[in-house]
Amino acid sequence: MDVYEKLTILTDAAKYDVACTSSGSDRAGRAGAVGNAVACGICHSFAADGRCISLLKVLMTNSCIYDCKYCVNRASRDTRRTAFTPEELAELTIQFYRRNYIEGLFLSSGVLKSPDYTTERMTRAIRLLRDGYRFNGYIHVKAIPGTSPELLRELGLLVDRMSINIELPSESSLRALAPQKESSAILRPMGLITSGIAENRSDLALYRHAPRFVPAGQSTQMIVGATPDSDHRILTLSEGLYKKYALKRVFFSAYSPVVEDPLLPSVFTTPPLLREHRLYQADWLMRFYGFSAEEIVSERYPNMNLAIDPKCNWAVRHMDEFPVEVNRASYERLLRVPGIGVQSARRIVQARRSGALDFDGLKKLGVVMKRARFFLTCSGKCAPDVTDDPEEVIRGLLSEKDRRMLPAATGEQLSFLDLPGIASGAARLLLPAGATTESREGGIML
Amino acid sequence: MTLERRPVYLYDGTLEGFLCCVYESYARKEIPCEITSENGQTLLAEDASWIITDWDHAQKVYVSLDRKITMEAQDFIRKAFLIDDPDREMLMYRFIRMGYRYGRRVMDMLTDDTVGRLIRAVRGLEREAHSYMGFVRFTVYDQVMVSCIRPKNRVLPLLAPHFEDRFPEESFLIYDRTYRMAAVHKPEGTVLTSLDKLVLPPIEDSERAYHELWRCFQRTIAIESRTNPRCQMNHMPKRYWEELTEMP
Repeated sequence: MDVYEKLTILTDAAKYDVACTSSGSDRAGRAGAVGNAVACGICHSFAADGRCISLLKVLMTNSCIYDCKYCVNRASRDTRRTAFTPEELAELTIQFYRRNYIEGLFLSSGVLKSPDYTTERMTRAIRLLRDGYRFNGYIHVKAIPGTSPELLRELGLLVDRMSINIELPSESSLRALAPQKESSAILRPMGLITSGIAENRSDLALYRHAPRFVPAGQSTQMIVGATPDSDHRILTLSEGLYKKYALKRVFFSAYSPVVEDPLLPSVFTTPPLLREHRLYQADWLMRFYGFSAEEIVSERYPNMNLAIDPKCNWAVRHMDEFPVEVNRASYERLLRVPGIGVQSARRIVQARRSGALDFDGLKKLGVVMKRARFFLTCSGKCAPDVTDDPEEVIRGLLSEKDRRMLPAATGEQLSFLDLPGIASGAARLLLPAGATTESREGGIML
Repeated sequence: MTLERRPVYLYDGTLEGFLCCVYESYARKEIPCEITSENGQTLLAEDASWIITDWDHAQKVYVSLDRKITMEAQDFIRKAFLIDDPDREMLMYRFIRMGYRYGRRVMDMLTDDTVGRLIRAVRGLEREAHSYMGFVRFTVYDQVMVSCIRPKNRVLPLLAPHFEDRFPEESFLIYDRTYRMAAVHKPEGTVLTSLDKLVLPPIEDSERAYHELWRCFQRTIAIESRTNPRCQMNHMPKRYWEELTEMP
């Protein structure tokens, strides 16, 4: 089989992995080497599905001893299997990199023989890149659950980012769909990487040239929509991963049906893209806007409202916190205003040093006035024609696009309107009825 | 300062030349109505004067940006000179005048028409340069890697250092078709030079094989059930496609 064919098979098998970011490492080029890494990451292309292509995302092999139900590479599936040799993979990476197709390599693998055996093969390819080709660019490697700590440690010193997929947001879902994997097999190496990074940080404080261990941190991903887990479960789990394991990113992947199985949604379901989008918005709120998971979803309202973005949703439920005075409010308070993002909040703080801001000025700073106008005052004045009647506010917040994005039918995904205390008229306006019941089984204990 | 007389300044199109225009306007106590390096109709304007580029004068103005405004302003003016805006010289000129009056505060005046417009334009320049860090495609000819781009702004001065750092041992050329400029890098160093025409030899078969591999990857990595050409086009506007190996 030639490299072209191998690339086709091993890319096709890797495409469901979400993360393709090349961010988090800032490393200058070196004489005699190829490559550098840029902290903010660089997108090199965009695939037909609109996702960024930053790294050569492939599997070492698509053969696998495991039989996880949701996975395209599961052992029982009838599909062509192949594997890159370390030499083929290193050569392909470097040739793509030279032509500026990619920012580096994202290597994952099916499990061949054993986790340790698989990891050793991946390490060989990466070592060849680093030492043989003197490749100094970005490498993201997916750790294989069950790999011994020594091998993980060795690998961690060669790569920028390491990730382990948590796969499913609860123990029960994991038991049902991936019976050969346990959450402990996932969380143990995750903990190893976390402590490895922490130790490395103190080493670096002592010795400037200590080798760097996973300098861009670790990330994970979970599948959304293959199991009945609620947004509440997903977001509290993510929050825990950020706090306890100091993860850099948690990625969500809307489940695309790849196989027929009685335990999975039918192959005709479309991936819950809107829900995935809302989860990313919530994730952003937790990472950059100072929100906690409980502020976005709760035991009582376990799912996000698909019709309205989580920040607007929070704001209309907390009208007593508004309006915010643009010329005096703290940065943190500004961030809570729908229509003001991290950039525009920073700009407001900067611009008001040279004089009071009015509504016209806010527009120039990039504030989305269509949403923000309900929640602001400028030097004590409200925007013209603005009410604080929640029903009116919601009507104003919902854009034409929001309405279009709403699924036509009441699916499993739709939750009842998460707006307690708001007239039911507004609720009817927003959503058809239909509530999700949350499974009562335990989540993953971190 | 007399406001009646509003001359047109002509300069050589370099940043130093522009800074000399600033110098001259203060020396002559006049405010130009236009600063341009295009010797079209303006040459015929009755009140046009050619400003000679004097390195000392330019240096004086350049240093004053740091002393009277901030170091940030110095860097900002260097970038502003690269933006694609027919009024860029006058915007920069007005910005510098404001800077002399308000000092470092000028950098915060985001809602002012001159400052705001300039800052937004520089942001656009930086964004475009960042996009090209990803969208540059090198084709390997023998031992030289060549890429052509057609940017809106003069991104080469921001782009070249990135690739210089990335490929220190390679020889490469990035050609800007819009402004007919080239960044040429060899292991010994990098130069920016004007270049009217670039003629390339035919692409070799071994090179075509890599183009095919890349196209294959770009095609295969997409998930069919998520196909979303609008989203793809938002992130990667059509104007970049011309130079992208993987796009039709």
